[in-house]
Amino acid sequence: MSVVWTGFADYLHDFLFGIYPYICMGVFVIGSLIRFDRDQYTWRSGSSQMLRARQLRWGSNLFHYSILFLFFGHFFGLLTPHWAYEWAIAPADKQLVAVAAGGIAGAVCFVGLSLLLHRRLYDARIRRTSTYADTFILLLLWVQLTLGLVTLPFSLGHSDGVAMLKLSGWAQAIVTLQGGAADLIRGLDFPYLAHLVLGMTLFLVTPFTRLVHIFSAPVWYLFRSWQIVRVRGGSTARPGPVQRPGLAPVPAPALADQRPRVPAE
Amino acid sequence: MKIRAQIAMVLNLDKCIGCHTCSVTCKQVWTSREGVEYAWFNNVETKPGIGYPKDWENQDRWKGGWTRKRNGTLQPRIGAKWRILANIFANPNLPEIDDYYEPFTFDYTHLQTAPESETMPVARPVSLLTGERMEIKWGPNWEEILGTEFRKRSADRNFEGIQKKIYGEFEKTFMFYLPRLCEHCLNPACVASCPSGSIYKREEDGIVLIDQEKCRGWRMCVSACPYKKIYYNWQSGKAEKCIFCYPRIEAGEPTVCSETCVGRIRYLGVMLYDADRIAQAAATENEQHLYQEQLDLFLDPEDPQVIAQARADGVPEAWLEAARRSPVYRMAIDWKIAFPLHPEYRTLPMVWYVPPLSPVQAAAEAGHVGWKDGLPDVESLRIPVKYLANLLTAGAEAPVISALQRMMAMRMHMRARTVESRDDTAILARVGMTASQVEAMYQTLAIANYEDRYVIPSTHREYAENAFDLKSSCGFSFGQGCYDGRTVGNLFSATGPSAGRMAPPAIREANEAAAAAAAQETGR
Repeated sequence: MSVVWTGFADYLHDFLFGIYPYICMGVFVIGSLIRFDRDQYTWRSGSSQMLRARQLRWGSNLFHYSILFLFFGHFFGLLTPHWAYEWAIAPADKQLVAVAAGGIAGAVCFVGLSLLLHRRLYDARIRRTSTYADTFILLLLWVQLTLGLVTLPFSLGHSDGVAMLKLSGWAQAIVTLQGGAADLIRGLDFPYLAHLVLGMTLFLVTPFTRLVHIFSAPVWYLFRSWQIVRVRGGSTARPGPVQRPGLAPVPAPALADQRPRVPAE
Repeated sequence: MKIRAQIAMVLNLDKCIGCHTCSVTCKQVWTSREGVEYAWFNNVETKPGIGYPKDWENQDRWKGGWTRKRNGTLQPRIGAKWRILANIFANPNLPEIDDYYEPFTFDYTHLQTAPESETMPVARPVSLLTGERMEIKWGPNWEEILGTEFRKRSADRNFEGIQKKIYGEFEKTFMFYLPRLCEHCLNPACVASCPSGSIYKREEDGIVLIDQEKCRGWRMCVSACPYKKIYYNWQSGKAEKCIFCYPRIEAGEPTVCSETCVGRIRYLGVMLYDADRIAQAAATENEQHLYQEQLDLFLDPEDPQVIAQARADGVPEAWLEAARRSPVYRMAIDWKIAFPLHPEYRTLPMVWYVPPLSPVQAAAEAGHVGWKDGLPDVESLRIPVKYLANLLTAGAEAPVISALQRMMAMRMHMRARTVESRDDTAILARVGMTASQVEAMYQTLAIANYEDRYVIPSTHREYAENAFDLKSSCGFSFGQGCYDGRTVGNLFSATGPSAGRMAPPAIREANEAAAAAAAQETGR
């Protein structure tokens, strides 16, 4: 292998695992904020169930419930510091739990996602009414999930849990803004690295796709009253006609009690 | 007591001629856009029939409205909150677009571009979803004037408790029109089921609206509304519904459907009600009492105590004045000839209906209809009373019979007055009305002058909003600031689904091929 190539590979590794994560995080946060602020009309789940329910009932339920499980599995698995659990479970055992739970959820997710992708690509109604982003994000998720499943035999290959510790060490170094994070995972098997890059790319594209609906998971619905009545103007109302400078104040009419506007999301 | 005011509507089915002007003008103004081609905020159905969307009155199937739990409280029929959230990924009770109809256009260009041929060129239907040629199998008004066979139409839920078979016979058949729009309910199930909290009832006029910015497209409202009057815009991914033409109402003008009603069947007026008693009224155990319970919610606008409380609750003076002149109040409360549509859904709807008196006068005089106590026997009318009761009073026949008798008595009284120059007070006494009451009813129902039909106070926006701040803003929009409401052409939604691409390639290619073939033919 030439020196030039090795140098480039090192650079690429440093870029993808040292710098790219911050580009993705930056675009993810700022892009989502801008979209929420300026373009809420485009902020929606983008459901196509009304056009075709077939395949969606199974596909969407299997996909969403398992992806939620996988998301939280990754979240806590990667970001829980080693010292927080080392007294309770050995890395090898933790990896076994992760592989088993992730494998099952991944398989369920694969079925669901494949159903959704098939429907998206081969149902004329859905295909014609999809945006490019809708199709792209589904393909990206499918490839990412497949890569995730591909890593499973590799994980079983080193059953000591070292790869897992490296990965979580990297993730924790990234989110705690420590330099040199990329070095922690140098030389890891290719599927892991590809899975990481695509995973970060998912964050990157989130503000530009329907994925933003994740932010709107309406859990607070459980705690609100059934009915909502809005008062015009709400809490920002300035009761009474405009006060004109230099003129006698206009008497303000009696107003009803101003009740607070609906809570913000 | 907390008094709120609402602009309510009454439709006099006795005069509806089924011309669909309301539907068409409404569509032109509000839903002639991609994504809601299939949606009719206002539609006119021929009854009996399964309606639009198919079978909408069958709540065993669609789970719309509220259900009363054992402990006497209400919850949406689609389920408790946790269940609604659990179903968010795939709503099991959501109608598919085929339950409405697949939207279509016609390949009109073919009429101009078709090559010379032995037969006339035809404009074939093209799907607005796929752009492909399609066969039209259902439409927004497929059963118009008893279209389709009785076997299918008789799936209509209002036949419950009726030996419906005989109404399939030609001699016994009956029909009437039912224009439908959002009911702007006092206890809306759509509001309750919206996980985002984007649907709300406006305090000042009771109009139920969807905040287009806050809607996330979870689709629960579509299922929860028992009238199926919330539509999912498949292009924008947001729910949309009848907005009661609020920009017009605010300015004191009637809704578009009312304004353009050829038959003068629509009435708009203010109703005062006690907002604190809504939950209690809607949770009444016996479904047949819901009509009376809702009547009891409405308050007498002449009562000084009501007026004082309404003022304290911030109801503007102009609204109190309008409430005293409300045609809706007269029809619903004074004369008791208007009824809510399907009160058993427990949403306390605010668009009410005067039942149709099937054409009887001549038939009665010719002896085809029985007489009872000096009145034609309404129970032997062409439209079975039980059917109307199932539609309007959860099956209770007495209020419907009384309303029909009053309308009948009004006709007989006015006929005696104009043709025979005498007052038929005996008949009026039998239906419990005075001559002056009946004449007012005649003025409202038969003459139906514009200013008697629409008594709408303008909204005092200047009290709540600073008009100076609104200067140079964009007025009505789809919640996207000054955008035109389409989700195309920006960073977050680079290409719309099929906006402007509805000249279907399949057809275009076929045309081009045909033109090329014709050119070749001429060349040879």
